[in-house]
Formats: sequence, structure tokens, C-alpha cells
Amino acid sequence: MRHALMQFAPVFPEMFVLAMVSLILVVDAAANGGKRYLAYLLSLVTLAGAAFLTLRDFSTLPVLTLGGLFIDDPLSDVLKLFLYLTVAVVLVYSRDYLRQRGLYKGEFFVLALFALLGMMVMVSASHFLTLYLGLELLSLSLYAMVALQRDSSVATEAAMKYFVLGALASGMLLYGMSMVYGVTGSLGLGDIAIALQDGTDLHIPLVFGIVFIVAGLAFKLGAVPFHMWIPDVYHGAPTAMTLFIGSAPKIAAFAFVIRILGQGLESQVSDWRGMLVILAVLSMALGNIAAIAQSNLKRMFAYSTISHMGFMLLGILAGSQNGYGGAMFYVLAYALMSLGGFGMILLLSRAGFEADRLEDFKGLNRRSPWLAFMMLLLMFSMAGVPPTVGFYAKLSVLQAVVEIGYVWLAVAAVLFSLIGAFYYLRIVKLMYFDAPHDTAPIAASPDARVVMSVNGLAILALGIMPQPLMAVCIHAIRASF
Amino acid sequence: MLNNLLSLVIWVPILAGVIVLATGSDRNAALARWVALAGALLGLIVALPLVTGFDTTTSAMQFVEKSAWIPAFNIHYHLGVDGISMPLILLNSFVTVLVVIAGWQVIQDKVAQYMAAFLIMSGLINGVFAALDGILFYVFFEGMLIPLYLIVGVWGGPNRVYAAFKFFLYTLLGSLLMLVSMIYLYFQSGGSFDIQTWHTTALGMTAQTLMFFAFLLAFGVKVPMWPVHTWLPDAHVEAPTGGSVVLAAITLKVGAYGFLRFILPILPDASHEFAWFVIMLSLIAVAYIGLVALVQADMKKLIAYSSIAHMGFVTLGFFMFNPLGLEGGLVQMISHGFVSAALFLCIGVMYDRLHSRQIKDYGGLVNKMPVFAAFFMLFAMANAGLPATSGFVGEFMVIMASTQVNFWFAFVAATTLIFGAAYTLWMYKRVVFGSVTNPHVEEMADVKAREILLLGVLAILVLAMGLYPKPFTDVMHVSVVDLLSHVARSKLP
Repeated sequence: MRHALMQFAPVFPEMFVLAMVSLILVVDAAANGGKRYLAYLLSLVTLAGAAFLTLRDFSTLPVLTLGGLFIDDPLSDVLKLFLYLTVAVVLVYSRDYLRQRGLYKGEFFVLALFALLGMMVMVSASHFLTLYLGLELLSLSLYAMVALQRDSSVATEAAMKYFVLGALASGMLLYGMSMVYGVTGSLGLGDIAIALQDGTDLHIPLVFGIVFIVAGLAFKLGAVPFHMWIPDVYHGAPTAMTLFIGSAPKIAAFAFVIRILGQGLESQVSDWRGMLVILAVLSMALGNIAAIAQSNLKRMFAYSTISHMGFMLLGILAGSQNGYGGAMFYVLAYALMSLGGFGMILLLSRAGFEADRLEDFKGLNRRSPWLAFMMLLLMFSMAGVPPTVGFYAKLSVLQAVVEIGYVWLAVAAVLFSLIGAFYYLRIVKLMYFDAPHDTAPIAASPDARVVMSVNGLAILALGIMPQPLMAVCIHAIRASF
Repeated sequence: MLNNLLSLVIWVPILAGVIVLATGSDRNAALARWVALAGALLGLIVALPLVTGFDTTTSAMQFVEKSAWIPAFNIHYHLGVDGISMPLILLNSFVTVLVVIAGWQVIQDKVAQYMAAFLIMSGLINGVFAALDGILFYVFFEGMLIPLYLIVGVWGGPNRVYAAFKFFLYTLLGSLLMLVSMIYLYFQSGGSFDIQTWHTTALGMTAQTLMFFAFLLAFGVKVPMWPVHTWLPDAHVEAPTGGSVVLAAITLKVGAYGFLRFILPILPDASHEFAWFVIMLSLIAVAYIGLVALVQADMKKLIAYSSIAHMGFVTLGFFMFNPLGLEGGLVQMISHGFVSAALFLCIGVMYDRLHSRQIKDYGGLVNKMPVFAAFFMLFAMANAGLPATSGFVGEFMVIMASTQVNFWFAFVAATTLIFGAAYTLWMYKRVVFGSVTNPHVEEMADVKAREILLLGVLAILVLAMGLYPKPFTDVMHVSVVDLLSHVARSKLP
């Protein structure tokens, strides 16, 4: 009996999260609108518990379980820990915002945790089926989250767009997967890799399948030319939801890409590299240029996300362990910066005031020097200026690109990041050089302020001492490949 | 203690800056000022053993510190100085003290942030001069943009936002291309970011050419060389006095230092191949920018253009590839550090009283401020390159060096002695002499003790360096000869 149970040990975190979500559903229904903080606290407990379970069974070697559907390796464990952390920070930042807008309901926490479960499955999937299952669980939860503010027509429109385009992307992905299945006769990533090791006669159908898979992945990542949903959804969704969409799912999407391309289709790197080069260059170009024209901060961050995902793709397209490690470092650093950026909008907002326009940041240095300094760190980190973590993120992917001989790509990347520096600098300019536009006191709760300080200082600390995180990423990639 | 000397030189000002920030709002402005002064003085004191303990007989790096920093990329916390970088660190630590004193009364708004920005930047600049690891260098090199951006943007003049953006984006463009070059060097040298390893890494001509222009852009923008100089006059005009002093005295030297640490020894063949290009740009800077300076109506702009012309001398000297030229360039860097700092402080003194930098608003100053007029005279003469001032030594050395190479280089370069005298002394005449026409000038009081202290120290240094430059050149000589041996050795495979 004990032995039978132990074979599920790698899946304990997922099972625990699922059980807790069900519990929260019941508790929240029973509380009947009274004790909202119960759902909030239980969600944090769930995250802590899942982190404990993941740490307890931290694997040093890949363990395949559930009949080859599920893999537990250092990569998945590290990414899961960061997912818990990210979701926890999202919950802390969003609490006041949700309460002021009547969205502080059990549904939000349930959807967030279901989305987390989906991401955990994606991160640990070793089979097309589980990959797709995780992806859909995540996506459906996110569609519902965006639409949670029922009486807002903007949010509903955003949810609709997100749903329609997301479904289209899922369809493409499935179609691509079916082509790969046709060529290799297998859905397991390990089996696909083995089948393709010595080449295949069916090269054309395989490439055809890869094209659809890459298109589907690009949709989920928000890479140009499959990026159209990102600005509208980021802008239209309530900021708390944007914060969620803009942080944790990026980590999961990275895992998704690395599992399919890096593990399953590793031997076809020469086929997908060219596609990723195009996606990366277009994303960096359009993301950075379009961001300049935005007057809404959420929309600006949306375009900035597009360019960051383009940068992250640079690491993946290198197709080397260094590249994957660099991309992993990039995505974790990006999640940290994205949390801080959207978190700052939430901290500055109050009932009836969204703080999501650029001019709302005017003179922040006079209103709150500390928060302005945190935002300064975030902005310089996004621009990739040392000594912040964003610089090492860029350095590690650029290094991977130069290593495979694509120096021109590195030059193009830095030129686009120069354009990007302009709009990040503009935020600093608004905060430091301009007089305040809005003089109301900042009503952020103490716990959110503390978390924001930790978030901002982490960006500086990891910029001065990037080695620990870098070592974790490289180790996780080496031990999992 | 002595083992970590360079770390102290870098981190003492930065820590002092953080402490100053902690004093908080303007209610504690007095405290912030005193803490900042203590921090700046402490920074200068810890830098002094660099001089006393310096061995002028070796070209090897001294006061070396090396420990693993980011082993994943083989990046080290590797510090060390030679005869080229040591004087620059000292210059920087010294100027930081001046800047803190110069901003003592003028800055009344966000005092703690102002002082902290300068102290942190001072530490970062020391890091630039001391770093022997490429990425460490880059981190300091880029990191110093952040405080400087804030200094220009927050405490600058009416057009400060434009100037701050222009300055930041220009310099970022160059440094990003340099970053790609560094990553390329990392792979060429077999996985090392060590600058001294790069000095011996074999490189093909195409790679050298591309990297030469990448580094040239990075450092040329900082120097600044014609035609990428246009950010400097804007930044200077809009910066507060302290910002101008640091910009002219220190940040420009960072660019010139990059030539000596990176371009010449790492890319010797490309340096020889494209020396004509750099020489041409330098001569244009000397002659053309000298003429541009002549027609400026704004004193700060005039000195800014004069800085560009003087820095043209520095790059000209570097690309003569002989010891005289290199040492002349270095002496010119130090001298320009003193003279430009002094001139910007002089303009600051006048600006604090009249709130104008326009030459036409002044006139007859000598009647009201005789002591100040005397100081200003000395620095104006030094800027024009009068013998017995520091300005003369470097220019004379570079002109001599260029005569050895080509008479016409020397001929064009020597025009600076005419243009320099013309624009500086003409400005001096219009500001100081003549009769008082502006009624506000009537109300101007002469320099106070604090200002006399600042200007007096600089005057002593300018004269000392002009009368007896040997200690300065002695420190550099061995390192310069060693550098030239690297430049002479082809790295083509």
C-alpha cells in the first residue's frame, strides 16, 4: 500500500493543490460572502504547502511517472517553486485592489489556483497530452479571470478576444502535434526524441507539424506576428488579472517551449531555429517600437512583454544548454520585473482610480521616494542597465547567441533594446523630473509595501550577486537534459 | 587593509552615498551635507595610499584583488591599477570632494539625493578605472549613467529632460555595441572576460575592424569625439554646477581611458589601420570645435566646446603611437580635469549670484569681484595653454609628438593655441573687463571663504602641474611604454 502510494510522490504537490482548491471552493461557499480572508489565507497556505512538498521531494534526477505522462526533474521543481512564489506575490499585491472593486471573491482564488495547477502540469509534462491538458486548464482559468469583472465591457471584450485567439492557438498546436504524431507514431516527448534521433524520411510533414507547433507556442508567448491579443488583454483586464497573466504564465510558457522544442524536437533544431529567429527579431522590433507610442502603462508593459519574450527566444533558439539556461534566467528575472511593474500600478491605485496612465506616475519621487526608487530599479532592470538583474538576463542570452555564431542577431537585439531604453527612461523621467499631478496619499497596505520592497531590492541584489540564481538555472537545465 | 585598498576606494563612497540617502528628507539637509563631505573626504583619504604605495618601476597591475564573482560565466571581481589608471582614480576622488563643497549652498532641493548621487557615481567611476574584468568594467561603466541621468534631469536647467535623454541614449548606444564585442572576445579568448588576457588574444583583421568601430563608438561618445559630441553641450548647459564639473573632469576621461585599456592593446592592427580616421576626427575636433566655441553666447556651452577641443588633443596624442604622445594625452586628461573643473566652478560662482550664464549679461566684473577675477584669469590662461600652467604641458607634448609623425598634424593641432586663446580670453574680456552695464552686476559680492578654498586648491594644482610635471609623467611612464609594446605587436593569426 505504502509502495503504491509512493509512486505518486512526484505528483503530491499537484494533488495537494487540487485538494486545497476543492476545499477553498467549499469553504468560500459556506462562508457565503462573510469571511473573505479565509479564501485568501487558505490560498497562501496552499502555496506554502505545495512549496514544502516540492522541496521535500526535490529531485536530482529526472523521474518519469504516471506511465510516462509526467516528469519530475530539477527543471520542473525549480520552476514550480518560482511559480508558487510568483502567485503568492500576485495575491498579496492584488488583495486591496480586488476588495475595492468588488472582485475579492472566492472565485478569484479558485481560478488562480486552478491556473497554477495547470501551470504545474505544463511544467512537469512529458507527453503531448499532459502538455495540452495543463495548457487548457491554465487558459480556461485565465479567460474566466479576465471576465470576472462582469459589468465592465472592456474586460468582457478582452476576455472574448483572449478566448477566441487562445482557442485558435490551441487548435494550431493540436494540429501540429498530430502531424508530429503521424511522423513519429508517438506522443511522449522522450519517445519522439528517440524516434527523430536518426532522422526521418518524412521530413516535410515533420517540418509542417513543427511550423504549426511553433505558431501555437508563439501565440501563447505573445511573439510577433501572433501577439495581437496581448495589448488588448493586458489593457482591458483588471490590473490584478493583468499582473497574474503577465507573470507566472510566462514561466510556464517557457517550460512549455523548452519541453517541446528542447526535449521532444531537439534533433530538429536546424528546422525550428530559423523560425524562432524571425519571431525573436520581429518581437523585439515591434514590441519596443510600439511601446513608445503608448500612454497607458498597462499597454506599454504589454508591448514590453512582447519584446522581452523576443529576447527570451534568443536563448532558446541557440539550442544549447547555455542558451536554455540563459532563457530560464531571463524568464525568471522577467517574472520578477513584471511582478514589480504591475504590482506598482496596484499599489498606487485606490478605489475609483486605476493609476495605469503614464501621467499618474508623475512626481512619484516627491510623493514616496522609496516606491519611486523601487520603480527606478524595475525600469532600469527592464532596460537591461547594470547593476540590475535585467542586465545579466540580457547578457546570458546574448552570450548564447554569439556562441552559435549569430553575432548579427546579438547586434540587432542590443539595438532594439536601445529603443526600449527610451520608454523605460521616460517612466523614470516622469517620477523624478516632473512635479506630481496627483497629490492624494498612497494608500498601499503595509504588507504590499514590504513585498514591493523585497521585490525591488531582489532586482538590485540579484544584479550585484547574480551567481546563485544563475547557478540554479544552469544546474536545473544540465540535470534535466 | 592594504589588500583591499581598491575595494575600499570603490565602496566607501558608495556606502557613504547610501548613508546620505538614509538621512531622508530636506529637514535633515545640514546633516546630509556633512555626512556627504565626510564620505567624500574619507573616499579621498583611502585613495591616498595608492600614491604612497605605488611602485613606479613596474608596468604590472598593482593592488590587485581577484575573486570569483559569477563563476557560471567565468566573471571575476578583478581589480588593479597601473600608472594609467591610478592618477585618474585620484583625480576622481579629489573632484568628488570639490563637488560636494560646490553644491553646499546652491542645492536646497532634495539635498540628500543630490549628494548621494554624486558619491555613488564617484565610487562607480573608481570602479571603471580599477576593473580588470570586462563585465565588471561594463557594470561600472553603465551603472554610472544612472546617477548622472538623475543629476542632469532632476537638478538641471529648463531643457534638462532633453539633455538627460540625449546623454543617456547616446552613451547607451555605444556601450551596447561594446557589450557584444566583449562577448565575442570572451569566445575568442577561450572563455575569459579578463582584460589582460584579451591583450594577448589573437584576432583576425575583420573581427578587429568591426570591434574597433564598436569600441570607438562606445568610447568616442563618452570622450566625446566629433561628430558624436552633440550631447555634451546640452548636458553641460542643463546640468547643475557639480554635474558639469564631474562631466568635464571625470566622465570624459572614462572614454579616453577606454582607448588605452581596450582599443589600443586589444585591437593593435585595427588601431594602426584606422589611426588616420581617429586622427582626422581629433583634428576636426581641435580646429572646428575651437571655432564653434568662439561664437558661443553661453559660457557653459563655450567651456563645453572647449572641452571637446581639448579632448581631441588627448585622442590625437594616443594615436601617435609614441611615448611622448601618449603621455601628453594623459597629462592633458589630468590637466583638463583640473582646469575644466575650475572653469565650471567659476561659472557656478557667477551663476549663483546673477542666475545667468549669458556672456552679454556680464561685464566689468573685476570692479566688484577682484579676487574672483584673479582666479578666473589664471584658469582662463590655463585653458588657453599658457606656459607655466598645466594646460601647456600636455598640449606641448602632443604637438611635439605629432611633429615626429607628420608636420601637418602638428600644424593643425597647434591652431588650438590660437583658437583656445581667442575664445577663452575673449570671453574673459567681455565678462570681467569693461564697465559695468548690467545693474545687477553692481550687487555682486566677491567670493567667500568656501569658494576661495575650492578655487585656491585648484589654482595650486594647475600651477604645480605646469611648473613641475615630472611626478605625473614618472607615474605613467613605465605603463605607457608597456602599453606601446602591446600596440606594436601584431595580433593577426
